[in-house]
Amino acid sequence: MPDLYEMSASQLAEILRDKKASAVEVTRSVLARIESVEEKVRAYITVTPDLALEMAADADRMLAAGEAQPLTGIPIAVKDNMCVRGFKTTCGSRILHNYVPPYDATVVQRIKNQGMVIVGKANMDEFAMGSSTETSWWGPTHNPWDFNMIAGGSSGGSVAAVAASEAVVALGSDTGGSIRLPAAFCGVTGIKPTYGAVSRYGLVAYASSLDQIGPIARDATDIALMLNLLCGHDPLDSTSVPREYPDFTTFMNKSIRGMTLGMPREFFGKLENHDVVRVMEEARKVLEDLGVTFVDLSLPHLDYGIAAYYIIAPSEASSNLARYDGVKYGHRAEKYDGMIDMYCRTRAEGFGPEVKRRIMLGTYALSSGYYDAYYLKAAKVRTLITEDFKRAFSRCDAIFCPTGPTPAFAIGEKIDDPIQMYLTDVFTIPVNMAGLPGMSLPGGFSDQGLPVGFQLIAPHFEEGRLVQLASEFQNHTDYHLKRPPL
Amino acid sequence: MEYEPVIGLEIHAQLLTESKAFCGCSTRFGAEPNMNTCPVCQGMPGVLPVLNRKALEYTVKMALACHCTINELSRFARKNYYYPDLPKNYQISQYELPVAEHGWIEIDTADGRKRIGITRIHMEEDAGKLIHDDTKPVSYVDLNRTGVPLIEIVSEPDIRSPEEAAAYLRSLRAILVYLEICDGNMEEGSFRCDANVSVRPAGTQELGVKTELKNMNSFRYVQRALQYEIDRQIEVLNGGGRIVQETRLFDPSTGMTASMRSKEMAHDYRYFPDPDLLPLRVDPQLVERMRATLPELPDQKKDRFIRELGIPPYDAGVLTASRELSLYFEETVRLCPNPKAVSNWIMTELMRQIKGEDAGLSSCLVTPSQLAELLCLVEDGTVSGKIAKTVFDEMCESGKDAPSIIKERGLVQVSDRDALLAVIKDILEQNPREVSRYLEGKTKLLGFFVGQVMKATRGKANPSLVNEILQAELAAWRPRSG
Repeated sequence: MPDLYEMSASQLAEILRDKKASAVEVTRSVLARIESVEEKVRAYITVTPDLALEMAADADRMLAAGEAQPLTGIPIAVKDNMCVRGFKTTCGSRILHNYVPPYDATVVQRIKNQGMVIVGKANMDEFAMGSSTETSWWGPTHNPWDFNMIAGGSSGGSVAAVAASEAVVALGSDTGGSIRLPAAFCGVTGIKPTYGAVSRYGLVAYASSLDQIGPIARDATDIALMLNLLCGHDPLDSTSVPREYPDFTTFMNKSIRGMTLGMPREFFGKLENHDVVRVMEEARKVLEDLGVTFVDLSLPHLDYGIAAYYIIAPSEASSNLARYDGVKYGHRAEKYDGMIDMYCRTRAEGFGPEVKRRIMLGTYALSSGYYDAYYLKAAKVRTLITEDFKRAFSRCDAIFCPTGPTPAFAIGEKIDDPIQMYLTDVFTIPVNMAGLPGMSLPGGFSDQGLPVGFQLIAPHFEEGRLVQLASEFQNHTDYHLKRPPL
Repeated sequence: MEYEPVIGLEIHAQLLTESKAFCGCSTRFGAEPNMNTCPVCQGMPGVLPVLNRKALEYTVKMALACHCTINELSRFARKNYYYPDLPKNYQISQYELPVAEHGWIEIDTADGRKRIGITRIHMEEDAGKLIHDDTKPVSYVDLNRTGVPLIEIVSEPDIRSPEEAAAYLRSLRAILVYLEICDGNMEEGSFRCDANVSVRPAGTQELGVKTELKNMNSFRYVQRALQYEIDRQIEVLNGGGRIVQETRLFDPSTGMTASMRSKEMAHDYRYFPDPDLLPLRVDPQLVERMRATLPELPDQKKDRFIRELGIPPYDAGVLTASRELSLYFEETVRLCPNPKAVSNWIMTELMRQIKGEDAGLSSCLVTPSQLAELLCLVEDGTVSGKIAKTVFDEMCESGKDAPSIIKERGLVQVSDRDALLAVIKDILEQNPREVSRYLEGKTKLLGFFVGQVMKATRGKANPSLVNEILQAELAAWRPRSG
């Protein structure tokens, strides 16, 4: 039997059900793994062993009482922008370095109700602004496959934790690719659900109209289990959609023969990296062998995706981050002269350069006289992109495309070149703009041995279709089973 | 040159919902600082707003009462500015698409009724309060008021004098109070007024440069501030100067307005649609449901009092200006169905007692049923109108009802013809000189005799009966022989 920490949630659930191990034993195994590799990976901002063991003991009680649910006793990492009552939630920022929320995010409440075990708060780009987890005030997370490489971002900590077996599953958030990109870079499976499928209550906002919480896991089965847990209406979130969600595990192990996948030529035309090109071709072949047909199609407004995103997201961020002013909680400058000076110094000290850049961008774009030319125009582009996808889905069941334009790049490589960093999200951003569900799953490895992922995009609320495709792909490949040599 | 003022008013009215606009916290006034708060209204990281349906219903009611068009689709927007009493450093408000637009209300002016346009009515959330420590350079934040629902009611620039402005404010306030959606308390800040003022040469149409006036927290201050500002602007223009577009604060201690910030220093609020709240769809069914619950509004009530109860227009205006007073009147009339007598009594005696204020009315010890009882005793001649005033004053002081006061003090009106005749005969006997002069034509002396009778009966004699008997007796007077 492999070590407990190496197993997937569905495997562990069986072991727990069969009483071959207790939740406390599983948790101890993961905590020991964290102990041994965390120094190299730096997936966590805060590890919470006491909380974890307490929750594991509760899970064992549930298991003993026959009240276990599918994920009871499974260790999970939570990105540090989701509130866990009584535990630091820093958002990777100095300005919240000491912030302890007095309430649980809705997703955290759901985790607790299910009897899952929170092992820690995962590292992230500051306020989820970044594609590499390098903008974190706590320092970068290292890619478990190569410590010189970035893990991707902004949910780099959550993804690295799963990849390095420092957690069985994790919660990330995705505003422009923040779950999918690191998942591709670290060789795990991650999904950004449809906007409105998962409650944002308690998720510290970056760009409210784009942010969405989603799961990161070893395989499609665990993703389905996590979607069952996460999806659902929340009266505390006005943008959460009241509707019935299917049991996502029913999409497992179902034939995908006869399905059609669209290949947007605007995406493939941009592909230069030969590793990514090769992995895409190989993945396509696997899917074709399973009976999938591929069609070439056009999403003409995709080229404007990044430009429009960098108006909308910073605009919302400039307003969302206004509350960090040193008055109520978080960092406050030690010395200041009056109220305005306190604001200025607190924010100057508390925010890092990327966050400042986006606050300035957004403040500018919303300014009187510029609003129509920037924000309003970007909002129109967003509508056009959404319509592009709608048209595309009349010709295919899902879209097949790369997750990132390259495999993981080196730490420090792009941190001083924001435009290059922003371009990393070229394939993921349009999905957020249209509010669609998008999944990244392992598709192979680069010549250097780094994981390469590919992306599947489905119509609104068709997460099940993504689970079905991923499940069948993973039934016929073993990339998702590879573990980094730590 | 003759100038004409042009005034538009922006009213903020606090809605009387149990809970706040976007969270479940209580709106109760007077709690310990920060007791009525939660992560949402404290602006904690990660929280989200959820609209209070009641606040929307109240807004729709006001919109209907002001004859507005209700937008089926409206939007919440963020108004961004930094201040410690605003925990998110933005206020959830409405900008491009308010709940309601294009309405009007009517006001009474010296020249008759006048229609004042309502540009828009929108919903927003209130800010908290700062409490400054006078002994240290420290300020404290109280967020109890943060997130309390407000509606902003913006008028067209249709108002032409401070008096009209006051009339508009009173009408608007009366409507809010009748709808039971705002307590209308200006001093406590649940009903606030800002004004936009400009002047222009009389007879011209182009608008002059306006200033915005703030900090007028009573009806009187609004009138004073407007008058001061109008005079100031005319003086500037007459002196060859120009009006500067700016925000000015009224100082009640001096009665003057002073510049607070210029147009250049004006905030750029960077409004944009709040992504945390979906576009607001106002269901036509909700509008119809609200329409069905609308009570009789002040103007309708006033018209009915004039038409059906025969109350003079002025009195009807006074009786309906306050919801409480109108309810008091109607309840009294229900029990004593002589509307004119009730109106006269309320307009004079009751108003004197309560000094014309709602607060006075709510603390008045005399209930409508007690007043009705007193007025019925006047009607049936048990007490005279004059005695009734004395009785009423005592009722106001003690809260006792009329019959017990009348009984205790023996104030029952003497309407016994024989008893009065005896008294009158005595008085005529005792005043032969006055009687002769009366009979010689000095008929004004009748009042003297009435006075004597009243004195002898300690005011309890039935005045009309006294008059009647006196005149008959005098006409037939023969001094008692022997």
